[in-house]
Amino acid sequence: MSKYSTHLLVCGGTSCHSSESDAIVCNLRDELEAKGLMDSVQVILTGCFGFCEKGPIVKVMPDNTVYVQVKPEDAQAIVEEHIIKGRKVTRLLLKDPVSKEPVSDPNKMDFFKKQLRIVLRNCGFINPENIDEYIAREGYKALGKVLTEMTSEQVIKEVKDSGQRGRGGAGFSTGLKWELARKNQSDEKYVVCNADEGDPGAFMDRSVLEGDPHSVLEAMVICGYSIGASNGLIYIRAEYPLAIERLKIAIKQAREYGLLGKNILGTGFNFDITLRYGAGAFVCGEETALIHSMEGLRGEPTVKPPFPAESGYRNHPTNVNNVETFAAIPAIILKGAKWFSSIGTGKSKGTKVFALAGKINNVGLIEVPMGTTLREVIFEIGGGIRNGKKFKGIQTGGPSGGCLSEKHLDIPIDFDNLIAAGSIMGSGAMIILDEDDCMVSMAKFFLQFTVEESCGKCAPCRIGNKRLHELLGQICEGKGSIEDLDRLRNMSVVIKDTALCGLGQTSPNPVLSMMDNYYDEYVAHVKDKKCPAGQCKSLMEYVVNPENCVGCTACARVCPVNAISGERKEVHHIDPSICIKCGACMEKCKFDAIFIR
Amino acid sequence: MSKINSIADLKKKRDELQGGLGSRVNDTSNAVHVKVAMATCGIASGAKNVMEFFSEQLERRNIAAVVTQTGCMGYCYAEPTIEVKLPGQDPVVFGFVDLKRADQIIEKYVKTGELVDGIIPVNYQTIDLNV
Amino acid sequence: METIKLTIDNKEIDVPKGTTIYKAAKELGIDIPTLCYMELHDMNIENKPAGCRICVAEVSGRRTLAPTCSTKCEPGMVVKTHTPRVLNARRTVMEFILSDHPKDCLVCSKSGTCELQAMAHRLGIKDIPGAEYAAVSTYRKDTSPSIIRDLDKCIMCRRCEMMCNEVQTVGAISAVNRGFMATVAPAFEQNLEYSTCTYCGQCVSVCPTGALTEVNHVPQVLRALVDPTKTVVVQTAPAVRAALGEEFGLAPGTLVTGKMTAALRALGFDYVFDTDFAADLTIMEEGTELLDRLSRHLKGDKTAKMPILTSCCPGWVNFFEEYFPDLKDVPSTAKSPQQMFGAIAKTYFADKIGINRKDMVVVSIMPCLAKKYECQRNEFSVDGNPDVDFSISTRELASFIKQANIDLNTLHDEDFDAPLGESTGAGVIFGTTGGVIEAACRTAYELYTGKKLKRLEFTELRGMEGVRSATIDFDGLPLNIGIAHGLGNARKLLDDVRAGKSQFHAIEVMACPGGCIGGGGQPLHHGNSEIIMARAAAIYTEDRKKPLRKSHENPFIIKLYNEFLGKPGSEKAHHLLHTHYFDKKKKIIIKK
Repeated sequence: MSKYSTHLLVCGGTSCHSSESDAIVCNLRDELEAKGLMDSVQVILTGCFGFCEKGPIVKVMPDNTVYVQVKPEDAQAIVEEHIIKGRKVTRLLLKDPVSKEPVSDPNKMDFFKKQLRIVLRNCGFINPENIDEYIAREGYKALGKVLTEMTSEQVIKEVKDSGQRGRGGAGFSTGLKWELARKNQSDEKYVVCNADEGDPGAFMDRSVLEGDPHSVLEAMVICGYSIGASNGLIYIRAEYPLAIERLKIAIKQAREYGLLGKNILGTGFNFDITLRYGAGAFVCGEETALIHSMEGLRGEPTVKPPFPAESGYRNHPTNVNNVETFAAIPAIILKGAKWFSSIGTGKSKGTKVFALAGKINNVGLIEVPMGTTLREVIFEIGGGIRNGKKFKGIQTGGPSGGCLSEKHLDIPIDFDNLIAAGSIMGSGAMIILDEDDCMVSMAKFFLQFTVEESCGKCAPCRIGNKRLHELLGQICEGKGSIEDLDRLRNMSVVIKDTALCGLGQTSPNPVLSMMDNYYDEYVAHVKDKKCPAGQCKSLMEYVVNPENCVGCTACARVCPVNAISGERKEVHHIDPSICIKCGACMEKCKFDAIFIR
Repeated sequence: MSKINSIADLKKKRDELQGGLGSRVNDTSNAVHVKVAMATCGIASGAKNVMEFFSEQLERRNIAAVVTQTGCMGYCYAEPTIEVKLPGQDPVVFGFVDLKRADQIIEKYVKTGELVDGIIPVNYQTIDLNV
Repeated sequence: METIKLTIDNKEIDVPKGTTIYKAAKELGIDIPTLCYMELHDMNIENKPAGCRICVAEVSGRRTLAPTCSTKCEPGMVVKTHTPRVLNARRTVMEFILSDHPKDCLVCSKSGTCELQAMAHRLGIKDIPGAEYAAVSTYRKDTSPSIIRDLDKCIMCRRCEMMCNEVQTVGAISAVNRGFMATVAPAFEQNLEYSTCTYCGQCVSVCPTGALTEVNHVPQVLRALVDPTKTVVVQTAPAVRAALGEEFGLAPGTLVTGKMTAALRALGFDYVFDTDFAADLTIMEEGTELLDRLSRHLKGDKTAKMPILTSCCPGWVNFFEEYFPDLKDVPSTAKSPQQMFGAIAKTYFADKIGINRKDMVVVSIMPCLAKKYECQRNEFSVDGNPDVDFSISTRELASFIKQANIDLNTLHDEDFDAPLGESTGAGVIFGTTGGVIEAACRTAYELYTGKKLKRLEFTELRGMEGVRSATIDFDGLPLNIGIAHGLGNARKLLDDVRAGKSQFHAIEVMACPGGCIGGGGQPLHHGNSEIIMARAAAIYTEDRKKPLRKSHENPFIIKLYNEFLGKPGSEKAHHLLHTHYFDKKKKIIIKK
């Protein structure tokens, strides 16, 4: 076995890396070498601990001691005190924020409890293609409990009491939705799982289906029992072939065990599930459009009411829930409404899965209790901003959501707080923006998506979004006026107020929130014709600083359009009317003589 | 597969599986367990090759091991990711596992218990449904 | 019935449960503007995709504005339909719609009758902000024999789609593309000609803009009138006279038969005849065929196909050739009145006035767009010379009359020319649903029983129900009659025929809701079905005023048989007045 008795784990996450973790590793190794301990103590660079605010982190194993904010010069103390003398270096321990006492055990540190996996409980743990592993992890136990010990009213009450709200974006009470579907009498009812995850940057549902498909199947059967349905449909986009494959395997295995099909667990209850494929239209995530798509019709939303609970798939009462919503149901049933509702905030219970993307170090999938702050998500779990840049904003809720700024970082994330701040929870995509991102271009980027994904049914979304996109383009090109900002706002407000479905009603959110939070940047574009982030090419000008230019001609030679003139050893000049702003000259210049104005 | 016909059947099945018969979930045997995160993102980063490598090489190097796939572990920035559990020890997650690092993991961590770079500290809690 | 009390613009109202805000407001006299909503109440046709978002209003408890066309009244609701917030939203949305619309109103065929133009005026839009850089969605223009599709002008009201799919069940067009490029088109954005389109023109008759219009044949007619070598003969369908007046400000249902005749003469037509004459002729041929098949059927002849189906509606003919080609030997082989007229005009009448058929131009004035296609069918021409040269719609005629500065209202009534201008009341009622079969019954009864009818008006065959049936006592023989108007209704009866379940002896089908009076070439009803009802009433009035009301009593018809055709169903009659049908079921071919 290992020749090492002790391991020193040094956080090598990108954020800590920039805080000199390489130097720490070096110094630790030097110290160990000097003390002749290289054979028994190993220094290892690890991935991010997710606690970058207190980084760099050094963890001593097997003592399970965590040192925070370690500096390269602390190496000596760690080796001499901890390794040799076996005494903890108290000054490097985290101080408990309440008791002010030093804590060394990470299990007692809050940040290790930042993430709580309910929905993702089996993801990355079990083999999704083996039903036995799911069953060994208490799988289908909730179904057994429901079918043998609970009435449908009791199940619905439990789900209602848990306070769970739909994770697809709108946040409607799951239990209430089930109750409505149950109340509508019909011989034929349907349970539909909405797996049409379409936001750019979102992959929560895909991960759940790929990692733990049975949790969704089990929940759908439970839902079927509660509302009186015996048919389940999973609407999944065809671009998710692996998720489809794993669902197929899961359904086959569940049928073989008799957990789907006739007379489930000998209780006389019948329920089966089939897959329906979507062609990949964002609007088909809207439940009425989704239902039309499943019926073979054009994927277009219709006015609600009637809600699917009254008249859904083939005009039968239909309950549509999102993947993540379903995946939490078995846990709610087994651990109880009380437990679930103890997690989260006032009106948003449980946990939420987020996909972190953009300019963040730990791009990934996380699950945190409702009420976690954006700061915790970005700077602790997410490992902070990439390349040491400055945080500028976070787009939550995908293209339907809003962009929140520095001042919103301490908002506890829940449905209502995000709406109050001018954004939405959405399905859980979080895109982090840094100082290099232009908030006009960014709004334009999100609008581009909605323009492409609009179904074209209602005029405000079909044409209005196109006009918003065009106007943002004008502003990016320096052709906007201060009056245009008023127009931009008016168009946005009217689109929100008049569009038919959720897609159109939320599509101006990026524009509105970015105008609210970064108004100066918009003004800079229209008034000064400047892009403060340096993103809008039309508003950039490459200029030679005569003080630094030595007339080496390197820039002129690299310019692809011959925009640079000047004699050898004389100051050069860039003709802005010819310049295409490719930036080649600036890259080539060794004298820092070219800058962007 | 035989049908599970009642709630008692289901419980029996679960007890069997949790006892380690036919499953590795709570296995107490002496095998090394390697789980490879094989969600779309992992596969796209090369997880299939990594999984094949572990299956082949552990057998070739005469190490009693079970290699399985699992879903997304959530560390997208560090794909491909794997989890290695040595008998009687806590599992360790490694990120950025290319074939070179996979080889290191077998040679150093699996064979000698010596850690290698790329460890991802697990920073979450998972609920236990066994209530 | 359960009623709901709510408040709209500070006025309280009780409405039946299920009523929309739009309709409740209408009852209060509050006219909420809308572009996509349309209701033909008497035909049970409603279009409410809630897509234009012009009809929005503030509704208590709602975060966003509600589309009143499709939002049902709730107890205690407080609705405000014209607040500043609503007005601003309407204006902004209207600016959006106009920004994606061509600005060629000057030469648009809908100019003056365009609902979009009227709405821009009503909402006071004087300017389209950002128009200088706003993209406009453009599409390939498509011209078929009857209909022009210029979808640059489409505003996605989806009325055409609803008519084509839900009412007509033709399914030629539906929404295609996404977002900004979304429009309504045949599958794969093929030309209409390659689709299942029947040219019924119901899409055109509901289109609020110039996106769907008829092919304009007035210029060709004008050139024929200019040509001194041509004798130009015009025939006017029965439904035209009941609707033409609307284009000149007369109340719907005002009959303008005499003024129309005078106007046509003033326009320079050499002979002004009446399609009603040919309708009487149709009854002679079709009635004879019916009696022949019926008597063979009663004798147990299995080759005698029952029921007989009328064949005077070209949209309907196109429909069964497309969807029921296996039943193509079931409809009557009698040509439509338009084509019977052409065939007689270019033979019997051309001989009479001593000219070659090539020197005669036959123009028809029709309430119909499918007639344009019908007169172009190969089987209706002799050596490349069509029996009917041009078919123009009621709307085109109105425009033509206006171009000639003729004031229809002040014209004195004139009569049709002889011999092809004389008709009976039976010919007149061809213009409305149930009319053909009623006319056929009047004649068939008397020919079959040899007795005089005591009661001419078969009111049991009248009405606006989509599918109707009645049993007529033919002196002891109960004759089961079915009637359908609207192709979706026809499909129901045809499905029964195909399944061998039909109990009818004869079925009348008209492609358009209401029959020809609701045809695709008629003055636009703008969603007011009362207009169509008034036209039907006018048709029955004209019938009552006619001294002769049974086709077989038309002296000129009798003379035509005596002088030229012999008797109904004769070889010559077959050659000139009957046709055959084709299997036109479309295979999907993608043309690039």
